[in-house]
Amino acid sequence: MRFVDEFRDAGRARALAARIAERCRPGRQYTFMEVCGGHTHTIYKHGLEDLLPPEVNLVHGPGCPVCVIPMGRVDDAIHIARQPDVIMTSFGDMTRVPGGTGSFLDAKAAGADIRMVYSPLDALTIARANPDRRVVFMAIGFETTAPSTAMTVLRAAEQGVTNFSVFCNHVMIIPAIKAILDSPDFRLDGFIGPGHVSAVIGCEPYGFIAREYAKPLVVAGFEPIDILASVLMLLDQLAEDRCEVENQYARVVPWQGNRIALSAIGRVMRLRPHFEWRGLGFIAHSALAMSDEYAAFDAERVFDLPGVRVADPKPCQCGEVLKGVLKPWECKVFGTACTPETPIGTCMVSSEGACAAYYNFGRFDREQMHRAAGEASRA
Amino acid sequence: MCLGIPGELVEFGKDDAELAVVEISGVRRRINVGLLADEGLKPGDWVLVHVGFALSKISEDEAQAVLDALKELGQQYEEELDALRASDVG
Ligand code: SF4
Repeated sequence: MRFVDEFRDAGRARALAARIAERCRPGRQYTFMEVCGGHTHTIYKHGLEDLLPPEVNLVHGPGCPVCVIPMGRVDDAIHIARQPDVIMTSFGDMTRVPGGTGSFLDAKAAGADIRMVYSPLDALTIARANPDRRVVFMAIGFETTAPSTAMTVLRAAEQGVTNFSVFCNHVMIIPAIKAILDSPDFRLDGFIGPGHVSAVIGCEPYGFIAREYAKPLVVAGFEPIDILASVLMLLDQLAEDRCEVENQYARVVPWQGNRIALSAIGRVMRLRPHFEWRGLGFIAHSALAMSDEYAAFDAERVFDLPGVRVADPKPCQCGEVLKGVLKPWECKVFGTACTPETPIGTCMVSSEGACAAYYNFGRFDREQMHRAAGEASRA
Repeated sequence: MCLGIPGELVEFGKDDAELAVVEISGVRRRINVGLLADEGLKPGDWVLVHVGFALSKISEDEAQAVLDALKELGQQYEEELDALRASDVG
């Protein structure tokens, strides 16, 4: 419990943990998935796993948008970036993501003009300032960032900017959750729902999880207290034989979501028939492409892309980590061949990735625990 | 990219209603408030900023709590702030 002492509400956290322990039926195991990488980060950073009773097991979900980008898409982006008149832009999180032919960092070292931006609007500013160059924004993210891309394209159209396009890799959380619910090794008791994604889509779209799959979901905030409170809400539902969507994060997430954001996405983007997720494979209707109306801003139509599918490197077990089947430290190359400096898999790249979060915060504690456990069993 | 950073609205764009200036950890930056056009935002309100866009209106208490949590992130928050400082939203 080393980490727990460091945060503000240590007392409240302990009280919640005690109530969680009381709520568990003896002999029963509870497995909940935190869908969002931001939650994974909080859980490891604050050592929440050590605070929870042994009956409660948290597994990580696919909600890190960098982690699910397949290698072929990185290669396509680098192909665009290599065109002599192109300025490629993306979020800093993409810098080290490995493709089959290297990362943005490698391509940049080889002379491509790749710039990391804070906002898609920065990419638009670069486009206005460089009318003789073609500026491409590699858009990644779930529904949290998709509205920003959509609003940026609407602005570009309004301002008559013609040298700007989007390489759209936006993915959607609901089809990913559905893929997990439908997978044969499914064994979860409930979900800790993503916070900021829900600020856009609202809580209604999760309804089918409760209705059709009879699993509870609680939309949760990002503080340690939020996650503990959400675990308790899930346990309460199970104990009372309820199965609902609940909103623990109402101070940020309106039940209805954000109407303007959804309508901007609806105008600028359309559903892809299918999209490949790293580790999860092809998932139907799980990602967004640019709509026909905004085809002029669609990098996939402006440029000829190789579109080659690249298999994940052999030792990589990101798929199992993303589905919550393996814990990061159970991957054979974790912390040895695969580190944040030399990532083999994408889960090690983004700070929201389960492997990176675990590498940065959890590793030493766990190692110490194992050592202590080993010594105890020898004694 | 996934971090939401709280900012206090300082002023609104004169000729562009979608733009506003927020103060974030002492940094003043232009952001886009188009997604919250329904919220009747005014100076002094707090919003959660994602990649240059205000995504949710939040209370001042919530803003403070999020800021405290972000500061604990250390380097990752610093990097996000650096990216924000370099940002030029128009
Ligand atoms: S350690 Fe590396 S290769 Fe293994 S699952 Fe994590 S990111 Fe993937």
